[in-house]
Amino acid sequence: MTSRREAIVKLFKTVTLAGSGGLLWANAAKGAISAPFALRPPGALHTDDFIKACIKCGQCVSVCPYDTLKLGTPGDDKAIGTPFFIPREIPCYMCTDYPCTEICPSGALDLKEITETPEKPNINNAQMGLAVIHKETCIAFWGIQCDACYRACPLMGTAITLKMEKSEVTGKHASLKPIVNSDICTGCGMCEHACIVDKAAIFILPRDKATGEVSNHYIKGWDKSDEERIKNQFGSEGEENTKSTLDYLNEDKEFSD
Amino acid sequence: MKLLKNKYLILRRFVQISILLLFFGGNYWGWQILIGNFSTALLFDSVPLSDPYAVLQILASGFIVGVDLLIGGLIVFVVYGLLAGRMFCAWVCPMNIVADFAIWLNQRLKITTNLKLNRKTRYGVLVLGLVLSPILGFAAFEAISPVAMLHRSIIFGVGASWQVILAIFFFDIAVTKYGWCGHLCPLGAFYSTIGRFSIIKVNHNADNCTNCMKCFKVCHEVQVLDIIGKHNGFINSGECTNCARCIEVCEDDALTFSIRNLFVNNTKKQG
Repeated sequence: MTSRREAIVKLFKTVTLAGSGGLLWANAAKGAISAPFALRPPGALHTDDFIKACIKCGQCVSVCPYDTLKLGTPGDDKAIGTPFFIPREIPCYMCTDYPCTEICPSGALDLKEITETPEKPNINNAQMGLAVIHKETCIAFWGIQCDACYRACPLMGTAITLKMEKSEVTGKHASLKPIVNSDICTGCGMCEHACIVDKAAIFILPRDKATGEVSNHYIKGWDKSDEERIKNQFGSEGEENTKSTLDYLNEDKEFSD
Repeated sequence: MKLLKNKYLILRRFVQISILLLFFGGNYWGWQILIGNFSTALLFDSVPLSDPYAVLQILASGFIVGVDLLIGGLIVFVVYGLLAGRMFCAWVCPMNIVADFAIWLNQRLKITTNLKLNRKTRYGVLVLGLVLSPILGFAAFEAISPVAMLHRSIIFGVGASWQVILAIFFFDIAVTKYGWCGHLCPLGAFYSTIGRFSIIKVNHNADNCTNCMKCFKVCHEVQVLDIIGKHNGFINSGECTNCARCIEVCEDDALTFSIRNLFVNNTKKQG
């Protein structure tokens, strides 16, 4: 016979045991999945969903023909067991048949992420990251001719364009500065791989680390599609409101009372 | 013949290493036999196989997994649940080689371990993994699984995982004998739970038994041997890994592998 006291103590013991184990476990697990700067294969879901979905089977790594992908191990800050790549070592060569995305059994890499309806999946829609240029170490910005990243880019002329600027110092020289267009850049990292300086002056960051965000009350008046947003947001209701405001101002309600 | 005497041990190592080799070949040399790892694999480029406990954790974390994972998890669940029992632990899992080596050293050097863990702890870990997954928002055990770290490091390259494996190896030698595999691993607990009703089991013939106790000495899950020397029947506990150490060591022909018929067995036990 267990007394009520014994039963309560036993319950307390179980709860504390599970609590101590659970808290240690939770903290270790959170550390294990931390990967703020990991670059994921094409078609990867957004960070939280990707971590949730990936079963860490490494099939994407096995099928990658260029050995680009690796699996995270403890302490490398790439989330243990999940696939990532380091473009400076081996970039993503953007296979047109996307074997890594296609083989993923868990849905962590999803063909839908690289499909723009009604098109077929297209590797050019991948958003693995975004190339960022450090102007101070990019020799093209100094004025020395180098178009290594521009030439290496698989979307040459669209993802990276060269901007010619006349040198005001000599008056007869020009510089050709690489410019990344973030709408088009896939983050494959071929530019970072090709960059000729010691530590790449053009490098890939995860998109959320390399992009800003504008609150939606700013509208580009010169952009027709953006201006549509005003109509969508306020619609005909907006006009009515204007009227009622005018009516309100013109009414002598307060005086008549 | 010593070799023949250890035929199951040799067979187990052969199976364990072959599977690892097939995965390794799938990764490095493009073999199409097994691609992936023990978490999820693609067999012959067509059949999906998944670790059902990992799939359950992902589902618990609130992500609707792909169909491949569901089918793969179901296949593995059925194979071990109906056929093989907890054979994953002794015949497939590479951690078994680490644990066996630790026990071998432990016995060779006559090290006494002092920490007694409850063998039921693993079921707590099993449940905790499923409870933590929705709280954390990702598969809780998969994030830190030493078992997964081990097979990944063999198949895909080592990294820092070896430190975790070495820690478990040392723990098994000096702290608790068979500490990880026999007391803590939730994967073992999972297969123990679903392996309860599998048909491949060790059969005991008590009439031949001389109570020499050799099987008790070699068994890593001694609690499953409750019927030895008492009555005929199958080692029914799901915690038995079907490692066949007891069969190898038995000199009285009292233990054999056998196919259990669930219905016949139940009546036999009462008689």
